[in-house]
Amino acid sequence: MNIIETNKLRKVFNVRQGKNGGDQTIEAVKGIDLQVRTGEIFGFLGPNGAGKTTTLRMLSTLIPPTDGQATIAGHDLLRNPKQVREVIGYVSQVGGVDVTATGRENLLLQAQLCGMARHEAEQRTNELLVALDLTSFADRVAKTYSGGQRRRLDLALGMVHRPRLLFLDEPTTGLDPQSRARLWDEVRRLRSEGTTIFLTTHYLEEADILADRLAIMDHGEIVAEGTPKQLKQQIAGDVISLGLETQNGAAQHAHNLLNEQPYVREIHPSDGLFQLYVEHGEETLPAVLRLLDGAGLSVRTVSLSRPTLDDVFLRRTGRSLRESIE
Amino acid sequence: MTFLRHTQLIFMRNVRRTLREPAWIMIGMFQPVLYLLLFAPLLDNLVLPGYGDTSSLNIFVPGLLVMIALFGLGFAGFGILDDLRNGVIERFRVTSASRLALLLGMILHDVVVFLLQCAVLVVVATLMGFRADIVGLVVLFGLLALVGLMVAAFSYALGLIFRDESSLAASLSTLTLPLLLLSGVLLPLSLAPELLQTIADFNPFLHIVEAARALIHGDMGHNSIAIAYGVVFVMMLLTMQWAISLFRRATA
Repeated sequence: MNIIETNKLRKVFNVRQGKNGGDQTIEAVKGIDLQVRTGEIFGFLGPNGAGKTTTLRMLSTLIPPTDGQATIAGHDLLRNPKQVREVIGYVSQVGGVDVTATGRENLLLQAQLCGMARHEAEQRTNELLVALDLTSFADRVAKTYSGGQRRRLDLALGMVHRPRLLFLDEPTTGLDPQSRARLWDEVRRLRSEGTTIFLTTHYLEEADILADRLAIMDHGEIVAEGTPKQLKQQIAGDVISLGLETQNGAAQHAHNLLNEQPYVREIHPSDGLFQLYVEHGEETLPAVLRLLDGAGLSVRTVSLSRPTLDDVFLRRTGRSLRESIE
Repeated sequence: MTFLRHTQLIFMRNVRRTLREPAWIMIGMFQPVLYLLLFAPLLDNLVLPGYGDTSSLNIFVPGLLVMIALFGLGFAGFGILDDLRNGVIERFRVTSASRLALLLGMILHDVVVFLLQCAVLVVVATLMGFRADIVGLVVLFGLLALVGLMVAAFSYALGLIFRDESSLAASLSTLTLPLLLLSGVLLPLSLAPELLQTIADFNPFLHIVEAARALIHGDMGHNSIAIAYGVVFVMMLLTMQWAISLFRRATA
């Protein structure tokens, strides 16, 4: 059973240019088909500007799509936005904490806006304060919270009305590793309680570790979709990363040389660094080193790894996600 | 029911916020009270044309109330900027709460603060010798409530358009100063050249000030009262409509 189904969902923005530039249109989301299954953690991975947030905002009724349809928990996104809002929670990139109020006041207000009576709202607030370990500072103004504390309050605010589907836009951006791991635990716990989670991220590790299934998005299109394992398996073999001295056309020389070897399936050079996709990396590596050494090319660094989601991204887009972010 | 409840929830939320930072209420009142203390005494020795022997405070105080509306409440739109930036508005909008209730809750808070500021000013002025007709004063506060809704809605609309403090401040100052000068707050416009008077006739605040003066005087039959109520009511509906349509589309 799919909790989200989209059919050619598309968003075009009109961007006003300078005085005589006229209007320009930007196709932020280029007609995507997406299925998110009930009860899973679905990751949406891609660089900034890929269209992740735009998609999320369409699905959470904040902006209308230009074209296409979507159903969320059986409700039509365009015809029944109100019913959609009742089953979804949304935590935006910037969160949504009112920093002039205390954590408790934030939660109480949100609960009551979601239709709970006062005592019910109080009960739910206490539940969430305990669940997300916010109790010890619940009555302090949110201005004084640390990044991790604030993010947990964001999460609590998104969960107030026990949504069946929770959208999290870049939930761990800017958090230290410890707070991030903690948020991951919360997200997993939510899933174990039956909530479907749709999160966007540009962290490869996050998508890999946290998501049950994921879609990789780039330039408004979905370029790959599947479980992290499936996606990585599409890149059979191992990855050898080589750092070479690149003076006097050595890079080109090395490229040509490596390209001729039967065991090299693919090469992605970038700036003195070569990514070689090979079979049986352990056995191939010594051969590669001997080859380069024999040709008088000096190797500065070398590493051998299993393919990561970045390799999947690289394969599909010709760019490294890690570099797209930096 | 739900509508009123949500309006009240947002109203109370903004009240709590104001109580935590009460300095802003003082800042909004600062200018009018300064005018009352440092400028009004100058008027005592001035014979204003067309006002007979009315006390100068009775002419000046109604103008100061309009000044609070423009210089205090006119800047209410600033209140929504942080909420937009911090994603608070967006969070509210993803709930099934009525958008009008959300906006109205915020605006009503600003109007209540404004009316309280007006009340304080009237009290201070009374200590200085200002005397108002009681019924007229009550009717005047009704008018001021409508003025408040109109000005606050307008300010929110600009806030939703400009989204940042500096351009909002620039546009508001540009607008409020001529509106104030052409409303006859400081000196009666009967002193102005004809052209300026004609322009001022299109300024709703001129009619508000005139109605306020008539009400203070207890001159309930004065036609400026009906004009002011009519003009302000229609403009209030228009600015509210404008603000809510912008709010519906608002995204951070």
